[in-house]
Amino acid sequence: MTEPISYTYAVVRDADGLPDVLAGVQGVARAPVHLVHGRHGGDVAAVVSPVPPEDFHEDALKRHLEDLDWLEAVARAHHSVVEALSAHTTVLPLRLATVYLDDERVAMTLDACQDTFSDRLSRLAAHVEWGVKIYVEPISVTAARADTAPAPGLSPGRAYLRSRRAQRHTQEDAYRAAEQAAANVEAAAGIHAVDRARHRPQQGELSVGSGENVVNDAYLVPAEHADAFFSDVMRAAEGLDSVRVEVTGPWAPYSFASPPDAEPAEGTASP
Amino acid sequence: MTEPVASRFGSLPYRSSPQYAQGSSANLADILERVLDKGIVIAGDIQINLLDIELLTIKLRLLVASVDKAKEMGIDWWEHDPSLSSRANGSRELAEENKRLRAEIEALREDAELPSAEERRSVTEKPPHATPQRRQSAKVRPKKRDE
Repeated sequence: MTEPISYTYAVVRDADGLPDVLAGVQGVARAPVHLVHGRHGGDVAAVVSPVPPEDFHEDALKRHLEDLDWLEAVARAHHSVVEALSAHTTVLPLRLATVYLDDERVAMTLDACQDTFSDRLSRLAAHVEWGVKIYVEPISVTAARADTAPAPGLSPGRAYLRSRRAQRHTQEDAYRAAEQAAANVEAAAGIHAVDRARHRPQQGELSVGSGENVVNDAYLVPAEHADAFFSDVMRAAEGLDSVRVEVTGPWAPYSFASPPDAEPAEGTASP
Repeated sequence: MTEPVASRFGSLPYRSSPQYAQGSSANLADILERVLDKGIVIAGDIQINLLDIELLTIKLRLLVASVDKAKEMGIDWWEHDPSLSSRANGSRELAEENKRLRAEIEALREDAELPSAEERRSVTEKPPHATPQRRQSAKVRPKKRDE
C-alpha cells in the first residue's frame, strides 16, 4: 500500500486564480497542493495534497502526533496552506489531520456536506479572525517597582511585612487592572466584531511572553473593520499598568469554522 | 525548537497578501490551539480519535484549549499530576520552600540541641518517626522531598 492518500486542509469557495496561489505553496511533507471539486459541481472545493500512507495511517499518525517536532511541522504546513488561501478566498479550515484514502473520497465528502460548507462559507465571507490575549504581569516585575523606595528607619521585620503587603496590593491592583482592560477591550471589540469565541488561557511550556494569560479570545471581524478593530483594541488597554494586551492575526476564521450548533458536519463514514 | 523542523521541511515558499503576513512567524501555541482544537471537524477515512490528540496536547504540556474538551469528558487527571500541572513554575517554588524549611529546622535543632539528620542516621537505624527523641523535631519537619 504505497499509493499516497489525501490530506485535506480546508474547504474553500472556488475563485479565479486559486490554482496559481496553490502552485506557490508547499503542503504537509512538502507535497504540492491542489483543489478537488465535488462531482456535482458547485463552487465549493477542497484543498488537498498527497501524503505518504506510511506516515498518515492511524497507527503512524497516532505515533507521530506524540512527537512535537513532527506535530509542529505538520501544524505549520497546514496553517501556511490555510493562510495562503485566506488572502484570496473564503476558507473553512479543517481540523489538523483530516485524511482520506484518495481524492475520490474527498469529492464524495464535498458532495455530502455541500450545504453545510456553503452556508458556513457564506457566513464567513470577507471576515477575519483576530486573537486577543490579556496578560497580567508577574508580581515580581510589578513588585520591584513598589520596592524601590523603602521607608527609612523601619526595622527589617516591619519593612518585610510592609513590602509583602505592598506586593499583595500590587497583585490585587494588577488583577483589577486586567478586569478593567478586559471590559475596555470587550467594548472596543464589540463595536467591530460580529462574533466571539473564548479560548482557554494559555499556560504551559509553549506559552510565550511574560505574565499570566487571563483572557484568550478570538473575534470574528468584517474585513473592512479589520484595521479599526486592531487599533481600537490596542488603544482600549492604554494606560493600564501591569496589564498587557496582545492582538494576533488576522487569522483565517479557525475559531468560527464549525457551525454554531457545534455538531460535527455529516461526514461520509469509512467505506 | 523551530530549527530542526525548518531544516527538515525546508523553508516554505510563502506567498500571501500583506494582510495575512504574520502567520509564518506566528507562535506555535496560537497555531496549535487553532489547528488542533478549532477548524471544522469532518470524518475522514483515517479515523484518528480526537481524544488522542487532546491527550497528546496534555502529555506535551502544551497549554492548548482542547484541555477543556477533555475536561468535559471527565478527564482531568493531569490536574492532580504535579509533573503535568505545575512543573513550569511549581518546582522552583517548591525548592525554595524546601530550602527555607530546612534552614528553619536547622535553627530549631540548634536551639533544642538536637542531633542533625546525619548524626541521627548514624545513631539509629530505626525509621525516623518511630524514635521518641525526634518527636520535637518531627513537629516542624517538613515532608522530605529528595528527588
